[in-house]
Amino acid sequence: MLAYLDHAASGPLHPAAAEAMLPWLTERFGNPSGVHQVARAARAAVDEARDAIAELVGVDPGGITFTSGGTEADNLAILGSLAARPGPVVVSAVEHPAVIEAALASGQEVRVAPVDSDGLIDLDALRLLLDPSVTVVSVQLANHETGVIQPLGLVARRVRRLAPRATLHTDAVQAAAWLDLAEVAADADLISISGHKLGGPQGSGALAWRGRPALRAILHGGGQERELRSGTHNVAGIVGLAAAALVAKSERAAASARVGARRDQLASHFRTSVPDAVETARGVPRTPGHLHLRLPGVESEALLVLLDEAGVCASAGAACASGAMEPSPVLLAMGVPKDEALSSLRLTLGPSTTAAEIDLAAVAVPAAVARLRGV
Amino acid sequence: MRVLVAMSGGVDSSVAAALLVEAGEEVVGATMKLWGGPSDTGCCSVADVDDARRVAQQLGIANHVFNFSEEFGRHVVEPYVSDHAKGRTPNPCIECNRHLKFDRLLARADLLGFDAVATGHHARVTGGPDGSWLLRRGVDPAKDQSYVLHMLTQPQLARVRLPVGELMKTEVRQMASDLGLRTAAKPDSQDVCFISRVGGREEFLGKRIAMRPGRIVDGAGEEIGQVSAVQLVTVGQRRRLGKLPAGDRRFVVKVDIAGATVTVGPLADLLVSEIAVADPVWVDSPPGAGEALEVQVSAHGSPVRATWSPEGTVVLAAPIRRVAPGQSVVLYRGDAVIGGGAAV
Repeated sequence: MLAYLDHAASGPLHPAAAEAMLPWLTERFGNPSGVHQVARAARAAVDEARDAIAELVGVDPGGITFTSGGTEADNLAILGSLAARPGPVVVSAVEHPAVIEAALASGQEVRVAPVDSDGLIDLDALRLLLDPSVTVVSVQLANHETGVIQPLGLVARRVRRLAPRATLHTDAVQAAAWLDLAEVAADADLISISGHKLGGPQGSGALAWRGRPALRAILHGGGQERELRSGTHNVAGIVGLAAAALVAKSERAAASARVGARRDQLASHFRTSVPDAVETARGVPRTPGHLHLRLPGVESEALLVLLDEAGVCASAGAACASGAMEPSPVLLAMGVPKDEALSSLRLTLGPSTTAAEIDLAAVAVPAAVARLRGV
Repeated sequence: MRVLVAMSGGVDSSVAAALLVEAGEEVVGATMKLWGGPSDTGCCSVADVDDARRVAQQLGIANHVFNFSEEFGRHVVEPYVSDHAKGRTPNPCIECNRHLKFDRLLARADLLGFDAVATGHHARVTGGPDGSWLLRRGVDPAKDQSYVLHMLTQPQLARVRLPVGELMKTEVRQMASDLGLRTAAKPDSQDVCFISRVGGREEFLGKRIAMRPGRIVDGAGEEIGQVSAVQLVTVGQRRRLGKLPAGDRRFVVKVDIAGATVTVGPLADLLVSEIAVADPVWVDSPPGAGEALEVQVSAHGSPVRATWSPEGTVVLAAPIRRVAPGQSVVLYRGDAVIGGGAAV
C-alpha cells in the first residue's frame, strides 16, 4: 500500500491525457511547422490544444505560448518582459525559484515584497515598492509549499495604480488544478501553468498572455511559438496538457470539494494525534490539496525516510542539486525560524487521492513522529 | 540486520554496500552533504552524489542524502581554520569521523531504526577475547585507515561495520569491476575534501584568517629569512621556506604565531623522545604503564615502538621527528588500536 501525497511535486497523468497523447507517441507524428498533410495534422492538434488552454486560463484563443514546463514559462515571463522593457522587477518573497532566480539573473533591480507569517503578501509593503519605473511584477497565485493563495486582484489594483507600465505576471502552476484561472487570474497579463501539476505530462507547460504584453523570446531559433519561443513543438505534450486542462476544468469543483474535505480530515486527525504540530497558514485561503505542517523537534530529513519506509510519499522544503534538504526560503520569508523550517512536512493531495491513502498517512505520520521523538 | 551505509560515491563505500547486500543484510545507503562551498570531490559534489545514487540503484537499495553541512561547518571546517590560526595542524578527516560519520550519522541511523552504520574505511572491528570490541588495522597495510578511526569507543564499535577492511584495495576494485559499478576505477580521494585543488589550503585559509608574514630564525634566534604566512607553516616542514642561506638541511622545529616567528634547525633539533598528548580517548581501557606498544603519528606513517605514561605522554623507544601540534597520535597493541589524541 502506497500513499502518494506529493502531488505538488508531480501527479499522475490523467487517463484522458494519456489517451489523447498516445497517437502522437505512436502512429502520428510530424512537425507542425511543415506544409504537407502529416504536418498539417500535427498543426491542427496544436491549434486545438491552444484553444483549449486559452479557454481554461481565460485569455484570447491566440494568447498561449507553449513551453517545456512551468519553469520555462516563468523564465519567459520574467526575462522576456525585462528584455523587451528593462527596469525594476518586483516579486513576492515566496515566489518559486523559477521566478526569483530568473529575476536575479536578469541583472535588473529586484525588489522583494515581504509576506506575513501566513505567507500572504504584505500589500502595504508592496505599495512602497511600486513606482512608474517598474516594468514587471510577479506574484504567484498559489504557493508551491504551503498552498497559500495570494489576493491577486488586490495586488493588481495596486500595480495598475502605482506602476501603470508594469506587466503583471502570475505563476499559476500550483493553482491551475484547483482554481478557475479565468476568474482569479483575470487581472494578470501573463500566467504560467505546468502540465504535470494538473494531470498532464511532465515537460509541457504554457505561458498565457492577455492583450499583447511587451515580451521577447529567450529561446532563439525558428520562432515556432509566435516568435516568442523556438523549438519544434512537443505535440504529444501539448495535446496531453490540453486534455488534462479540459478534465481539470470540468471536474474542478467536485475535485476541490472532495480533496479539500480529505485534507481537512487529515489535518483534524493530526490535531489530535500530533497535538503540537503547527499547521502552516491554517485559516487563510489555500489550495484544497496542500497540507503543510511544522513538527517541533523532528528533522524533516529523517521523517521523510521513515514515511517512505511506511509507504507514504511526502516532501519537506527545498532540495539542492544533490538532493540534500535545505531550509525552505518560503518559510524563512514567513519568519519561521530555520530549525522549525527544517522540521517541515508537506503533504499534497491530488484529485486521485483516495481515502485509503489518507488513512495510511493518518497512521504513519504520528508513528514516525513519535519514533523520531523517542516516544 | 538493518545497516545504513555511508556512501560517499567512492569505490570503497560502494563495495562496502555491495558486500553487505551480498551478505543478505537489509541495506540502505546514505550520502552526507557536508560542504556547500566549491571543492573537487568527497564532500557532496553533485557528481559524487550521482555516483553514490547510481551504485545504490545498481545494488537495488534506497539511497538518501542527508544534509549535515551545518554540523560539518561547526565541527570540522571552523576548527580547521581556528587551529591553523593558532599554529596547529589539524586533521579534519578525523574530526569528520568523530563528529559526523560516527556521531551525527550514527544518531540518525538509531532514529531510523538501523542496527548498524557501515563505512568504506579500511579497518576491521572484531570481537576481543573479553567480549569487548577491537578496532584493528585493515588487511591492506598500504590502505589501512585505523588511524583516522582511533576515537571510536566501545558503544560505537558495537554498531559499526567496516566490510572492506577485510580486503586488499586491489580486491575492492576487482569486486567493483566485476559488479560493473561505475566507481570501480575512480581515483582514491586525496587531501582535504572541502579544499579545492586549484586554490589549495593557502587560498582557503587566506579567505578566512588574516595571514601574518613572519620571520624565520635559527636556533640562536638569528633571522635568516621570511615567510609570507606563518599560519601555513607546519612543524617538520623543510620545503617552501623561501630563500635561506646555504648550509645543512633545515626543518621547521617551532611555529610561534603570536610572535610571528618560525624557528628552523637541523634534523637533530627536530627529534624528540616524548610526545605529549591532549585529551586521549581509548577504544577500551587505557594502556598499562610501561606496556610495549607502537605509536603512529600520521595517517600513512610507519608505527614505531613506544610506551604510554599515564600523565599523558608517549615515550618513544627511539627519537622521531617532532609531531606537529594538532596531529593525532595513535597507540596500537599489535594491530589493534588502543586510542590516542592530538599532539600538544
